[in-house]
Amino acid sequence: MKVNKVLIILGTVITVSSVATLSHAGEDMVSVKSMADALHLVMDSDRNIYTKKIVNRLVKKEKVIKASEHFEDDKALVLPAQMFRFGAELVKKRSEKLPDVDFSYSLQSLWPINKQNAPKTKAEKAGLKFVAENIGKNYYTKEVLGGKKYFTAVYADTGVAPVCVSCHNKHKDTPKRDFKLGDVMGGVVIRIPVK
Amino acid sequence: MKYSKLWLLWLIIIVVLGTYFIYVLLASEDKTVFMPGELTSGHHQIANNCNACHVDSFSDKEAIQKKCVECHGEQRKKPFDSHPRAKFTDPRNADLLSNIDALYCVTCHTEHKPEITQSTGLSQPVDFCVHCHRDVGKDRPSHEGMVFDTCASSGCHNFHNNRSLYTDFLVKHIGEAELLEKRIVPAKEFSKVLDEIATYPHDRYPVKKLTRKDADYPDTLQITEEIEHDWVSTKHANSGVNCSSCHMKTENNKQAVWVNKPDHQACLKCHESEVKHFMQGKHGMRLKSGLSPMTPAMARLPMKPKSMNSELGCNSCHKAHKYDLMNATVDVCLDCHDDKHSVNYTQSSHYQLLLKEKSGDLPEGSGVSCATCHMPRVQVDVSDWLRRVVVQHNQNSTLVPAEKMIRPVCMSCHGLEFSIDSLADEKLIKNNFIGKPSIHIESMDMADKDNKRHLEETGGESF
Repeated sequence: MKVNKVLIILGTVITVSSVATLSHAGEDMVSVKSMADALHLVMDSDRNIYTKKIVNRLVKKEKVIKASEHFEDDKALVLPAQMFRFGAELVKKRSEKLPDVDFSYSLQSLWPINKQNAPKTKAEKAGLKFVAENIGKNYYTKEVLGGKKYFTAVYADTGVAPVCVSCHNKHKDTPKRDFKLGDVMGGVVIRIPVK
Repeated sequence: MKYSKLWLLWLIIIVVLGTYFIYVLLASEDKTVFMPGELTSGHHQIANNCNACHVDSFSDKEAIQKKCVECHGEQRKKPFDSHPRAKFTDPRNADLLSNIDALYCVTCHTEHKPEITQSTGLSQPVDFCVHCHRDVGKDRPSHEGMVFDTCASSGCHNFHNNRSLYTDFLVKHIGEAELLEKRIVPAKEFSKVLDEIATYPHDRYPVKKLTRKDADYPDTLQITEEIEHDWVSTKHANSGVNCSSCHMKTENNKQAVWVNKPDHQACLKCHESEVKHFMQGKHGMRLKSGLSPMTPAMARLPMKPKSMNSELGCNSCHKAHKYDLMNATVDVCLDCHDDKHSVNYTQSSHYQLLLKEKSGDLPEGSGVSCATCHMPRVQVDVSDWLRRVVVQHNQNSTLVPAEKMIRPVCMSCHGLEFSIDSLADEKLIKNNFIGKPSIHIESMDMADKDNKRHLEETGGESF
């Protein structure tokens, strides 16, 4: 009888702790790496669609409007890179009001037209070099910036449309004029603070 | 005995001073006695209302920042502000913040420190760009060897819209004549886009022509012939804006009552953008802060003695019922302003153009009044979804630094190079542009050189 009682109590304890462990594991199911990968998937898909179905379609296929870096003055579409940056800035602004949401992202390049988009931190420099040299691979690391620790992920950004390549090759401020379609032209850097 | 008298005197002094300070703190409008240092010319008008900038705690940086943005935020929005907050909250720029904390306006615009503040309101040394752009010479060979205290003085850059005169823009305007072929300011668009202005009370005041018999003022009121004539001759009567639309005021959900002299709140019902901008500028900022209206007596610029006590509201320039817009563009300005630039205006060729427009020798929009430059007609996003030409009633929005006037004002009639040089010439500004600029700014030469370098390198088209 006593043994049965002990077994029942033991069973209950094991069951409860297993459920607790599982549910705890459920909360942590999304790792910081998975989150960065998921964020990048959304960003990259949106960027791809904007480039193909809006900019390239209207500028190159339908030929109804220009896309320009000076889109206000030229009454033109914003460039895909600007679209990406404006989104990143809006995310930063909106996330300031959301205490549980904290991440940042940017589009950078080893050959930037706007020099502010050159890699600055050690992780950015190493990451952009890695994704350019290792096609199809991402770069993950941790770094401390301004006294705060971050998980930093770098993903390759490739020239998906001929217009990306030709525009970068002939821009007055470009440091590289021999990009080809499908080349890695830069990278998306995503940062998520970690403890 | 001798000591007790001294103690008594001391006590009296303490009580008198204490009473005085408590009175000032609780009851007086003028609280400047507590101010640690003189305010800049941009804020001295609201010195009496400490709460305009300081909220609960004087040391709460975030609260002060919120107040800065409340008044200046609109002017600092993209695409004009190339140094937005979001750029500096990005962790990759954390190192830059340790040099200069660009997240807070007060980092560069500290108040109460006249000894370190320049006329532009900048309290950092003029070469502050060096903190982040030390290596600009490497990225832009044209900038090599330049010293950092010339970034702003050259007429090229200012922190908040440093790309307003970007290289491609300069190149596009190379070789323009001093006077452009077409010299006319944009036409106003209020009546054209009335249907799309969400805040316009279409239901109560449908657009239709009203006559004297439609005037809906109370029977008990005696109206002069002049008032009726003025109203019926204006766009107000011609667009269905009846007496009650301005004179009936509702407060705290009570029944609307007739007000003989409506204030700016009445105008706000239809002219939201204009009134909002008016209250951002030096003319109306006291009203925004809940203070009495601005008067020329409070100004730091020279003003005419006869107008010292005139109060500034919408009607002080627009003159109730008549709303003579031409009168509001020169005459009322010169009624008060007495500085050299204003006094010289009637000697200028700008004024001659205005006279020709008034006499019908030139088309509408050809004359150059005080308002043409200081309250320019500009494209404004009046909401997230609508942009229209409005008269910018914040006359300070294009005033400092002077280069801010180049694109929205000067370039309606003048070539870019002539405009840059003219606004860099302080003597020319003072004499109200009588003559030609004696200064030449090299920015367009630099852009031309850069463009030619690009053409040589690529053998291609101009950028």
